[in-house]
Amino acid sequence: MLNKIKNFMANHNFNILYILLPIILIYSCSNPNEKQSNTLKNLDQEQVISDLSIYNLPSTWTTQNGDDIELKNLNGNVLVMVMIYTSCQVACPRLVADMRNIDAQLPQKNKNNVKFIMVSIDPETDTPERLKSFSIENKMETDQWLFLRGTEDDTREFAAVLAVNYKQISPMNFSHSNIISVFNKKGELQHQQEGLGMDNKETIETIIQLTN
Amino acid sequence: MVMTFINVNAQSVGMVEIKGGAFVPLYGNDSVKVKVDDFFIDVFPITREEYLQFVKDNPYWQRSNAKKIFADGNYLINWYNDLHLNEDTPPQAPITNVSWFAAKRYCEIQGKRLPTMDEWEFVAMANEKLPDARTDSLYNQYILNWYETPKTFNQQIGSTFKNYWGVYDLHGLVWEWTLDFNSVLLSGESRKDVDNDRNLFCGSGSIGATDLMNYAAFMRYAFRGSIKANYSVKNLGFRCAKDK
Repeated sequence: MLNKIKNFMANHNFNILYILLPIILIYSCSNPNEKQSNTLKNLDQEQVISDLSIYNLPSTWTTQNGDDIELKNLNGNVLVMVMIYTSCQVACPRLVADMRNIDAQLPQKNKNNVKFIMVSIDPETDTPERLKSFSIENKMETDQWLFLRGTEDDTREFAAVLAVNYKQISPMNFSHSNIISVFNKKGELQHQQEGLGMDNKETIETIIQLTN
Repeated sequence: MVMTFINVNAQSVGMVEIKGGAFVPLYGNDSVKVKVDDFFIDVFPITREEYLQFVKDNPYWQRSNAKKIFADGNYLINWYNDLHLNEDTPPQAPITNVSWFAAKRYCEIQGKRLPTMDEWEFVAMANEKLPDARTDSLYNQYILNWYETPKTFNQQIGSTFKNYWGVYDLHGLVWEWTLDFNSVLLSGESRKDVDNDRNLFCGSGSIGATDLMNYAAFMRYAFRGSIKANYSVKNLGFRCAKDK
């Protein structure tokens, strides 16, 4: 049987491999010794946090109020996330406007479990103090708004999860993709809106659906 | 704990030192020179055998345990099971079908890191004799010929040339993850609505005289711009680097 699968795999493309994967996984799971090597801690996490959840990320972030948090502390909220940097002149103000617009269009009853999160791609410049004043300038001062700063490495990793690409092109300027991501209460990516000044309708609908 | 200690002490084994310098990457900073510091890089890509040891030591990264957010369904897909390689590819061939997260973690556990894109390109512009062979048409043709050759990922490490720095297999076997692969911003079919994409290739950079070398590098940058960090691709492996 295994040989058959092997030959089959050698002759077919990726899509077929996808279909076959569950079969292969069943084979690989049939050896109980392999599972035992898994630590208890991992098994615990598996039950609580799903495979596709960003709460699997172990990184620690500092908020605009100087508090340290892990993403999993946000568990139970619908997250609307965007990556920006505060010295940005061109795209970010529009992304910020998009976020505010999404917030404004949400019915009050759906807002309780929604967090709007801005993650800085320029952790060197964007200190918590700077993020704080940015939040004040943009009138994003309620608990609903969270500005996060991490290490350069964790930021790169987080962008990788969001499929946000960015590059520093000068000390004060970054190129970056403009993506607003919506995560469900379990931290699983549900929707991404790409581009500036887009119609926010689908994003809003997704949030409403997830908070109902 | 003990393992980590040993690895930290052995971290320069199998690596060579690269004397840094400034160079103009083919796509990126709009013909601005990029400075690369001195660093170490693995002589060979990580092999299947080495990766097998890694998953034995780190069950979290075994195929059935790996989180989908960090490694998609093609992760180690050709292996018989969690701890056994398939036999139709030599254990000494480069590991492929690994995600960026997995590659990154592998290097971190060895006390290393993935090379940055600039570092990788810096080392990879060398042929056997010259640190920068990018204007050599034979060299570029070699790379492009490889891009057209199927299934080179089945060959053993060391089966291509040793370059100026003493590094093997940068071209000829597999493509390689870099730490900041997601700093490539492309427009059109691969990504849309990215600001400032003119800096990448819509500008004068692509109209220069060195079309062949641009083409080879364009292929690499385009590939990096089109993949996501949890993708596990058949012809994509990695090697590690380390600060000096």
